[in-house]
Amino acid sequence: MAELLQFLFSGVTVGAVYALVALGFTIIYNASDVVNFAQGEFVMLGGMLTFVCHAAGLPLPLAALIAIVVTSAIGVAMNKLAIEPARGAPVVSLIIITIGASIFIRGGAQLLFGKQIHSFPAFSGDTPLRIGGATILPQSLWVIGGAVVVFVGLWLFFTRTLTGRAVLATSNNRLAAQLVGINTGFVMTLSFALSAGIGALAGVLATPITLTSYDVGLAFALKGFAAAMLGGMGNPKGALAGGFLLGLIEALTAGYLSSQYKDAAAFVVILLVLFFMPQGLFGAKSTERV
Amino acid sequence: MQKTLTTTALATLLALGATAASAEIRIGASVSATGPAAFLGDPEAKTLEMLVEQINENGGINGEEIALTLYDDGGDPNKARTFATRLIEDDEVVAIIGGSTTGTSMSILSVSEDNEIPFISLAGAIEIIDPVKPFTFKTPHTDRMACQKIFEDMQKRQITTIGMISGTDGFGASMQAQCKDVVGEYGITVAADETYNPTDADMTTQLTKIRNTEGVQAVLNPGFGQGPSIVTRNYRQLAIDLPLYQSHGVASDGFIELAGAEAAEGVRLPGTALLIADQLGADDPQKPVVDAYKTAFEEKTGTSVGTFGGYAHDAFLILTDAITRAGSAEPQAIRDAIESTSGLAGTTGIYNMSAEDHLGLDLSAFRMLEIKGGEWTVVE
Repeated sequence: MAELLQFLFSGVTVGAVYALVALGFTIIYNASDVVNFAQGEFVMLGGMLTFVCHAAGLPLPLAALIAIVVTSAIGVAMNKLAIEPARGAPVVSLIIITIGASIFIRGGAQLLFGKQIHSFPAFSGDTPLRIGGATILPQSLWVIGGAVVVFVGLWLFFTRTLTGRAVLATSNNRLAAQLVGINTGFVMTLSFALSAGIGALAGVLATPITLTSYDVGLAFALKGFAAAMLGGMGNPKGALAGGFLLGLIEALTAGYLSSQYKDAAAFVVILLVLFFMPQGLFGAKSTERV
Repeated sequence: MQKTLTTTALATLLALGATAASAEIRIGASVSATGPAAFLGDPEAKTLEMLVEQINENGGINGEEIALTLYDDGGDPNKARTFATRLIEDDEVVAIIGGSTTGTSMSILSVSEDNEIPFISLAGAIEIIDPVKPFTFKTPHTDRMACQKIFEDMQKRQITTIGMISGTDGFGASMQAQCKDVVGEYGITVAADETYNPTDADMTTQLTKIRNTEGVQAVLNPGFGQGPSIVTRNYRQLAIDLPLYQSHGVASDGFIELAGAEAAEGVRLPGTALLIADQLGADDPQKPVVDAYKTAFEEKTGTSVGTFGGYAHDAFLILTDAITRAGSAEPQAIRDAIESTSGLAGTTGIYNMSAEDHLGLDLSAFRMLEIKGGEWTVVE
């Protein structure tokens, strides 16, 4: 029993990280149908910038805030400099541009921050909490909490606010959205800022557990993307569920089958889900809304 | 036309002048300063650049300056092969240092052997020098030796059943295979054999399985990068009360920092004299070279020295020592001199090369270290 509980804790910890990354994908996707493969680099920047500011002597909350704001600004710059000039290009081209941007950001980070692995202290100490014979780190609760808060925020944003609906409208039909008076340029800027900010938040929360270096972004992006696809691209509910599901599948496979097969098992499940539900677990609803 | 002629003539004159006035010894290097093996190649590249600068400031070797041509192969064996060819044909080097990984080393050695240029590899695998190839040498101890050192220590502690948790990256996988290959010789059985991805964020699942495996008395974690730090943290999180062994892959102060001194308490690993520079006895033959390298590297780069940069240091030391003794910078003379290296104290160990042994280190090069209160201490 304690064993199962420990596997679940491990899965939830990892799953929360995936969920946070997956949530970052949703906004840009909702605004432009573009899967932003630089999302992992935003996560890396969040962790890395927090480390740099913290090492420079700033208190941790301030360092985290600076990291999130700077990363948002980088997201906006990426939209202005790389995505906007290519407006009108097919979505596939835009996706390839985001891959280029991610390589650029990774290279820049390597030059600026070096190739060392870094970390900063956990927010509430390193003493594990014991529950029923299993243990979980307080930082895991921060990550889980962060994922839930971001999810609720996004859900409210897309369903309850005019701006959120404007984002969805821009995605469905840019021209029509412009005709009804939506400033689509602003929507794009906003979605990149929010996505980058959420990515950075993921980096800030996860780094005390996962550690960070200039090249962690790719792994985050792949797992986050897989989680988002599993849950249904563009749906915050799907991103949350997909992330936790992916983490739990990995942990349980590693626990009861073999750690050798843990990634394979996760991807088999994703393939099966996509085979029977091509829109992902929660994806269908959002695409039918026209 | 006129202009081209003049330029050519000028260039020829300059080249002639340069050869006549101050001949230089051309050394080539191809390391993985970027890419997946950057944690190896980056300190190696910095070390080589620093050492060449140092030696030239002190008047070079036998009055000749050293010119280093350094390429970054990004860990790609194909690029390494191209660079090796370019080093030999275009840059006309007399010796090559490099090959941060086993893959790149194997590419370089096929080129350097064909062209009869001495090559000192910085990679771990035993295949590089076994069977012995006339022009190929290497400085790092093999993964197998690290395993043997660890198992020797386990034997002393009467440990007979262990669990292994290995990274699936090249280093972890190679060492996992080597350890499982030699473990039988020490009367130790591997009861649990788990793996993790180098990018994984949590290894409590694998560690829980190992803990719940009947009879496990110690845990061994071959791997490098952030994986071993996370394993160490998770180990403490689960409060596993068994000895934890790490590999020489994380033998640097950075590991204690990342894992946290508290979590790393009691962790043992085979390391080199570099880590315990301040604890070496005054009569230790490695003390002067270790001190000099540590001070210079940390001053120049601001990062702590690690085993990998030390490999490059030793390769360069062996090469310059050979050129000095040979009194010549002819590839064949350098090769012969490298092979007769004896009693040369490097950061990794004392090198004694021979016609049968192109590594020249034995198990005594490793020191079993234990982390106590955030510091490295030697296990007697």
